[in-house]
Amino acid sequence: MVVITEAPAPARAVPPPVPRRSKRVSRPNALYLLPAVLFFGLFAAFPLVLVVYLSFTDWSGVGTPGFIGAENWIRLFRQDALWEITSVTLLLTALFWATQTPLSILLGVWAAGKQRNRAVLSALFFLPLLLSTAAIALLFNRLFDPYVGIGRGLEPFRNILGTASGAITAIVIVVGWQFIPFHTLLYQAAARNIPNVLYDAATVDGAGRWHAFWYITLPQLKNTIITSSTISIVGSLTYFETIFLMTNGGPGTATRTLPLEMYFRSFRAYEFGYASTIASVLVIVATAVSLIIVRFSGFGKMDSTLEGL
Amino acid sequence: MVPQRLPRRSFLGLLGAGVGAGIVGCGTDATSGSGDSMQVWVLQEENQQLAHNGSVERFNKNSDVKARLVATPNDGYTDKLHVSMGSNNKPDVFYNWGGGSIRTYARDDLLLDLTPYFDKDKAWKDKFLPSVLEAGTIDGKYYGVPARGMQPIILFYNKQVFSDLGVQPPKTWDELLTIVDRAKSNGIIPFALAGGDAWTELVWPEYLVDRIGGSQVFEKIAAGEPEAWRDPAITRSIDMIRDLVQRGGFGDSFASVRWDAAGASTLIARGQAAMHLMGSWEYTNQVTNEPEYAKTNQGFTDFPTVEGGVGDPKAIVGNPTNYFSISKDSKHVDAAVDYLKKEMASTAYVDQWLEMGDVPAVTGLESQMDKAADPAFAEMVYNMVDQAPTFQLSWDQAIEREKAQPMLEALSKVFLGELDAAGFVKANENAS
Repeated sequence: MVVITEAPAPARAVPPPVPRRSKRVSRPNALYLLPAVLFFGLFAAFPLVLVVYLSFTDWSGVGTPGFIGAENWIRLFRQDALWEITSVTLLLTALFWATQTPLSILLGVWAAGKQRNRAVLSALFFLPLLLSTAAIALLFNRLFDPYVGIGRGLEPFRNILGTASGAITAIVIVVGWQFIPFHTLLYQAAARNIPNVLYDAATVDGAGRWHAFWYITLPQLKNTIITSSTISIVGSLTYFETIFLMTNGGPGTATRTLPLEMYFRSFRAYEFGYASTIASVLVIVATAVSLIIVRFSGFGKMDSTLEGL
Repeated sequence: MVPQRLPRRSFLGLLGAGVGAGIVGCGTDATSGSGDSMQVWVLQEENQQLAHNGSVERFNKNSDVKARLVATPNDGYTDKLHVSMGSNNKPDVFYNWGGGSIRTYARDDLLLDLTPYFDKDKAWKDKFLPSVLEAGTIDGKYYGVPARGMQPIILFYNKQVFSDLGVQPPKTWDELLTIVDRAKSNGIIPFALAGGDAWTELVWPEYLVDRIGGSQVFEKIAAGEPEAWRDPAITRSIDMIRDLVQRGGFGDSFASVRWDAAGASTLIARGQAAMHLMGSWEYTNQVTNEPEYAKTNQGFTDFPTVEGGVGDPKAIVGNPTNYFSISKDSKHVDAAVDYLKKEMASTAYVDQWLEMGDVPAVTGLESQMDKAADPAFAEMVYNMVDQAPTFQLSWDQAIEREKAQPMLEALSKVFLGELDAAGFVKANENAS
């Protein structure tokens, strides 16, 4: 028995360290970081600072921004519609996540397998991701027309964009249709990386397909679920195109989200200062949400799901 | 109010702004002031291009400073213009919609005040219809020269549907309601409406308030007078609109019809709807999209009167016209003024528009009417504007920009039955 326990040892042995041939090969120094820092600084950090600055001005897009202190911020929190707009944004974000994540996991795990026709069907599922968002939104907008669209005469679908719940449902479906392929891709890659030994061991122990999925696949996908959820949630909070083109925030203000409000305030009302305030709030909320996800999911510790294998 | 004005496709719009910013930033197109050419910014539309090209060619023959057209697609034109107006590369001459589309620039002293030029050259000023010229003023000063056709809101009706229903074009609101009820009981949508875009609904309160309370009701609102929204004419109009919606005057799914998809225009052309209250551009659209209907069945008439209303029944609302304005710091101000003086009322330029179905805001047009695509329609539009005591600019253009969006929102909620008259008034008063 003693021999057996010692048997795997050679296989796990750490290979001898590769001797350094020369001292010229060194770790990258700070200079290597420069392009990324410059790019990030110029196109992300600097505009961000500018937006925060503009949120304290009355800039109209032309002329010199006039400093008005916290007026925009006070106005933002006094605006009655703010809570309605924020709750629509959060509702859509929650619905996007709640519909896209489970479907993507199932599709991704399925696509990681070796079934017949899998490659062909996966390619078909992937198609929406290749289409332009604007084209998709305009296409569905036409399809949902009550008199010439696909739903004409079909009662619940006919006026789908004309009712609050219908418009939200339509947006969730169209955005899901477009972005599920992306998340599916993440899950497919992750599911392929799950070592077969785990499933083999589970089969030996008598686990069925469901148990294998629940106790092996899902825990093994943990880090991918967190990554995909972060992308999805932060992306949803700032999502704009499909909503704008499909419903224009309507009917009434039923699908008005924070990014839409920001666009209307800037390019319709020319209140770029106030729009910058909304943009700042979005930055704060999105950053906070992603930090919270990372903090409470344990993602920050970067535990490997393959530890001990 | 014109379909072109709307930055409908935001994504493309933002793209346009991005491209505009790129152009401005890189200076690749910064010909403003370079050498002897001046930029004239116009919309990129095939039919409009003909008239603009002609005017530039004629002008360039006799001018040292050459005009150069810079055409931009509708979507994103206003965004691109706004970005460039905030930079050092402004267009010398640019196409706009008057009112709210240039008010920010006028107040920021970016536009050439044309008042002294009109004062000096009365003959030039007299070439344009006064009500249209007047509608192009900001704070009492002229900033725009009428550049194309007039676009009053007209009550369009399908002649075939009307004869099937056995009704005549309505002269009064009560007659209109009778037609609505009769159309509905025959399974026809009384009014086509692209309610997915709130500006298409704005034509209703614009006309009703004018008919009920006269033009001064909205003039007070536009001037920002306190309590102006509380005028009884506003309340009564909103009540009438709610009543019309509840009667099924617009069918039951107008909220999901979008203007871009031409859904509303298709409904009336195919006889599924009886009437459409829309700008004169609707006529041009039908000529292009449904030529058969436009030729035989497209009827047009004035908005009816309202019992007890004090407004002039000949008053009209809509978009007086599009204008050309000049940047104040253009290096070619004289050439730019010269271009607008020589071309905007020239016979060749006006004829070009007439042939396309537009009716320019030029005086004494009667003699040129035979050039029009449809003389009957051109004459009707021309007389409508010529005889109108007032030509109210679309509300969303006439009031301050930051108040326009809340107004449109409140109105779409009225049409959805979510807001009553008091709520509508309150929403507008709350709009910063």
